[in-house]
Amino acid sequence: MISLSHVYKAYGNQQVLNDVSIEFPPGQVTSLIGPNGAGKTTLLMLIARLQAPTRGELKLGGRSIASIPIRDYAKQVATLRQAPEFNLRLTVEELVAFGRFPYSRGNLTAADHQAIDEAITFLSLQALRLSYIDELSGGQRQMAFLAMTIAQQTDYLLLDEPLNNLDMKHAVLIMRALRRLCDEQGRTVILVVHDINFAANYSDHIVAMKRGAVHCHGPVAQVVNEACLRDLFDLDFEILRSEQGFVCNYFNPSTSRELI
Amino acid sequence: MRRAALPLLFLLLCCLSLMVGVKQVSWSALLSFSDDAWLTLTASRLPRLAALVLTGVGLAMCGVILQQIVRNRFVEPATSGGLDAAKLGILISLTVVPSIGTVGKMLFALAFCFVASLLYVAIIRHIKFKSIVLVPVVGLMYGSVLSAIAEFYAYRHNFLQSMQGWLLGDFSKIVQGNYEIIYLILPIVVLTYLFAQRFTVLAMGEGMASSLGLNYTANATLGLMLVAVTVSATVITVGAIPFVGLVVPNLVAMYYGENLERTLPIVALYGASLLLACDILGRLLIYPFEVPIGLTAGSVGGVVFLVLLIRKYT
Repeated sequence: MISLSHVYKAYGNQQVLNDVSIEFPPGQVTSLIGPNGAGKTTLLMLIARLQAPTRGELKLGGRSIASIPIRDYAKQVATLRQAPEFNLRLTVEELVAFGRFPYSRGNLTAADHQAIDEAITFLSLQALRLSYIDELSGGQRQMAFLAMTIAQQTDYLLLDEPLNNLDMKHAVLIMRALRRLCDEQGRTVILVVHDINFAANYSDHIVAMKRGAVHCHGPVAQVVNEACLRDLFDLDFEILRSEQGFVCNYFNPSTSRELI
Repeated sequence: MRRAALPLLFLLLCCLSLMVGVKQVSWSALLSFSDDAWLTLTASRLPRLAALVLTGVGLAMCGVILQQIVRNRFVEPATSGGLDAAKLGILISLTVVPSIGTVGKMLFALAFCFVASLLYVAIIRHIKFKSIVLVPVVGLMYGSVLSAIAEFYAYRHNFLQSMQGWLLGDFSKIVQGNYEIIYLILPIVVLTYLFAQRFTVLAMGEGMASSLGLNYTANATLGLMLVAVTVSATVITVGAIPFVGLVVPNLVAMYYGENLERTLPIVALYGASLLLACDILGRLLIYPFEVPIGLTAGSVGGVVFLVLLIRKYT
C-alpha cells in the first residue's frame, strides 16, 4: 500500500502540494483527476521518486520510500511518463527488454526473456516486435512503452497521462490493458487522466485534486456525482448512468446554461 | 554475406595499411625473413596500425557515449569542448611542470577534459528548452572559449607554433616506443562494452533511467570519465581528429539502431575502418609525403556527414 502523510511540495515560492494525506488502495485502479495545475502529476512524480517532497512522508508497505535503494524501488514501482523527446532508435522488442533492467542489469536470463514475451503478448504486439519505435504511430508507440513498463513486473504501476494524444481506439486499448493488469494480475495501477469518462468507467477509485489539495476521494460511485465534479472543474455536469457505466456530459448539460 | 562484409573490409584495410609506405615491404621479403623488412614492420607499420585501430575504435565509442549522455546525435568530443580542454591541459602542464613526461601530460589532459565535459553536461542539463541544434552549438561555443583561452595562454608563453602540432592529428611519427600509451584505450573499450546497456538507459533520460533503477549521475560521470581517458590518450599520441565520433555513431544508428549492446562492435569496426581508410588516403595522396590524418579525416568525415544530413532531413 502506498500512503502519503502531510506531504508538501513547492517549486521556489510556488506551493504545488499542500498538506496532502492519502492512501491508495492496493489491487485497484486509481485515477487522479482534476484541473490543470492541481498537482496531480507532481503527486505521481513524488510517488515515482522522480521528485522529493519539500515536507512530509511517503510510505510503501509501511516503509518510508526515501529509505528504499533506487534499485530495489524499481522492482516494486514502475513509472510510465510521456516521453515526446525519446529519440532512441530501438525495436519494440529491445525497448521492452529494457523493462527488465532492474533485474538483469544488462544480462538477460531465460526468466527475463519470458517476461518480455509475456508483456508483448499481453498487449498483442507480436506483429510489431521487430519494428523500430520511431517508425510507429503514436498509439503503437504508447503501447510499446506500456509493454516495457509491464515487463518490469512491479506490484505498482504509475502512469502520467497515458492517453495523451491517442485516438479513441488506442485510448480504449490502453485502459482495458490497465484494467486487466489489475483484475488478472492483481497489480495496483495509479494514473493521471484528463478524460473524466475514462476515469469514471475504468477505475475503482478516484482521487480528485484541486489547487494542490485533495478535493474529494473514494470509490468511483461516490466521487462521480454532479455536485463534486461541478466544484472540482467549475463546470456543470450531467451524469447519465446506465448498466454499462457512466457518461459524464459537460459539453451541453441540460441542467444549466450559466456559462453562456 | 552482409554480416561478413564489414569485418572483411576491415581486414583488407589492415593489410593495405601494413603494405603502404615510403619503404617498400613485400610479402616475399617478409617470407624470406629479411631483417630489414621485419624491422620496418615491427618498429613502424604494426605500431601505426595498432594506433590507428585503437584511435578509431576509441573515438567512435567516445562519440557514442557522449551522444547517449547528452541525448543528442550531433555531439562528440570536438563539439563539446572536451578536445579543446585536453589541449589546454597539455599546454598548462608544459608551462607549470616543464620537465613533465608523457604520462604526466596525459593526466593533465585527462583532468581538464573530464572537468570540461562535466561542466558541459551540467550546462546542457540546465537548459530547459533544448533543440537538437542548440546542444551542439552550445558545445561549439564552449569549445571555442576554451580554445581561445588555450591560444592566448600559448601566445603569452611562446607556444603558439608547437601547439599547432597537437591541433592536427598525425600518425606519421608513431614508432615503437612512443605510442604505447594508446593501449589505454583497450580497457576503456572493454568497459564501454560491459556498460553498454547502462548507457542506453542513460539515453532514455534522467526520469526513465531512475524508474529503471539506474543511478543517473554516477553512470553519466563514469561515461564522461571513459571519454576523458580516451580523448587524452589519443591527443597525447596522435593529436586531434575530428568527425570520427560524429559520423560513425550516426551511420550505425541509421542502419543498425541504437541498442548499444548489439551495435557497439559495429561502431568499433566502422570507426577503425574509417580511420584506416583516411590514413591510407593521406599516405597516398602526395606520396612519398603525407597529409596529416586530421585533415583527411576532417574532410572525408565532413563530406560523409553532410550526405547523411541531407539524406535524413530532405
